[in-house]
Amino acid sequence: MTMESLEQIKTRVEAAVPGAKIDIIPNPGPAQQSSLLIDNEHAAAVAKFLRDDSALRLDFCSNATGVDWLDRTVKKTVKVKKIVDGEEKEIDETTEEFFPGYLEAVYHLYSMTHKHGPVIIRMRTADRAENARLPSLTPVYRSAEFQEREIFDLYGVRFDGHPDLRRILMWDEFVDYPMRKDYREPDDYEYEPTPHDDVLEKAKMHYSARPQLDGAENITAQS
Amino acid sequence: MSDQIDGGLRSELQRQGIWVTSMEELYNWGRKNSIWPLQFGLACCAIEMIATAASRYDIARFGGEVFRPSPRQADLMIVAGTVTKKMAPQIVRLYNQMPDPKYVISMGACAISGGPFKQGYNVLKGIDRYIPVDVYIPGCPPRPEALLHAFMELQRKIDSQKLTGNAKAEHLDPMQPSEFPVPAFGAHDLEPAANPRLFQPPKIERS
Ligand code: SF4
Repeated sequence: MTMESLEQIKTRVEAAVPGAKIDIIPNPGPAQQSSLLIDNEHAAAVAKFLRDDSALRLDFCSNATGVDWLDRTVKKTVKVKKIVDGEEKEIDETTEEFFPGYLEAVYHLYSMTHKHGPVIIRMRTADRAENARLPSLTPVYRSAEFQEREIFDLYGVRFDGHPDLRRILMWDEFVDYPMRKDYREPDDYEYEPTPHDDVLEKAKMHYSARPQLDGAENITAQS
Repeated sequence: MSDQIDGGLRSELQRQGIWVTSMEELYNWGRKNSIWPLQFGLACCAIEMIATAASRYDIARFGGEVFRPSPRQADLMIVAGTVTKKMAPQIVRLYNQMPDPKYVISMGACAISGGPFKQGYNVLKGIDRYIPVDVYIPGCPPRPEALLHAFMELQRKIDSQKLTGNAKAEHLDPMQPSEFPVPAFGAHDLEPAANPRLFQPPKIERS
């Protein structure tokens, strides 16, 4: 049995949940897994509909994860026709568009009853700081409980309505959100015999460069 | 005493049915053949440790089969697997709860240095930052034979420990600590990040 298309799901959800606003986020990559962006206010109702609707019955939330989107500016170059020196010419015009950053929670929903899926739904926070809040889907999908705690732990998204929102992997005293793209880990660099990539950058910060010798001949264990 | 008696004479006596030994030798012989490991595993390496304890590799042949679920009854801590920073204080606490004499085998790249996760934010770069380690086994994971080898190395170490004199074993020296400070959970990392008494990273000296 094939599942409805995302467009059909979108129309049906918007009809069933008054006020719900759903966008389809296309995924042009090879996976082609496009997803539904649901608005935070109606998220729980939409999830409930997806779970209980007889044609969809997405009764299994297999995965919930976070995504961090930093502030970004997208440069676009378009060719425009302009009159230059009385002559019509094609000129590249560059426009810059600024997108403020946000955090996302992504849920993969499957149906055990109908053996179809996944339907991917996303929610976005207003920003990456004090308004990094989302409604919890744990009341609808019990299996999201630990995974939402993990998103909270590693990305700092606070889930309203979550029954037990605590850190799950890191300790409670920890203050950072290590999966955020701007996370800076504590500077705990130690001697590495063969530093490369990021570690090489760290090594350079700790040791001033010496052109002739590489320093390896002087490595000693401190007594 | 057995160092003082000539080996040839000793075996000659043995052939005549006279067995010469010393208190130290007898005592260490008993200890090394009855090592009770603490029963816990941390990651993939633990699977190899379990295999070592099971019938195919059979650590019982070396007297190490009595895995104890309580640190109070254990002689040996096999740190088998990735030590996360969240787990490290518990490991140190378990070590502190073990009675002397106690030994530690650091099994696998993770327990030695953090292994594949060394540059991660959440993994301890080696358990020797907080507790003294007797035998290190490299590998990811080390095979059961390697663990058995480490076990035999430890037996060799126990066998050579002195009970008296200046060079006597550390656990018999009242000035040596048998407990080590448990690190605290800090805002960004464990505090302190290592016990400086036990661990100093290698340093490049620029001249
Ligand atoms: S050393 Fe390798 S096998 Fe052992 S715990 Fe680490 S990753 Fe797993």
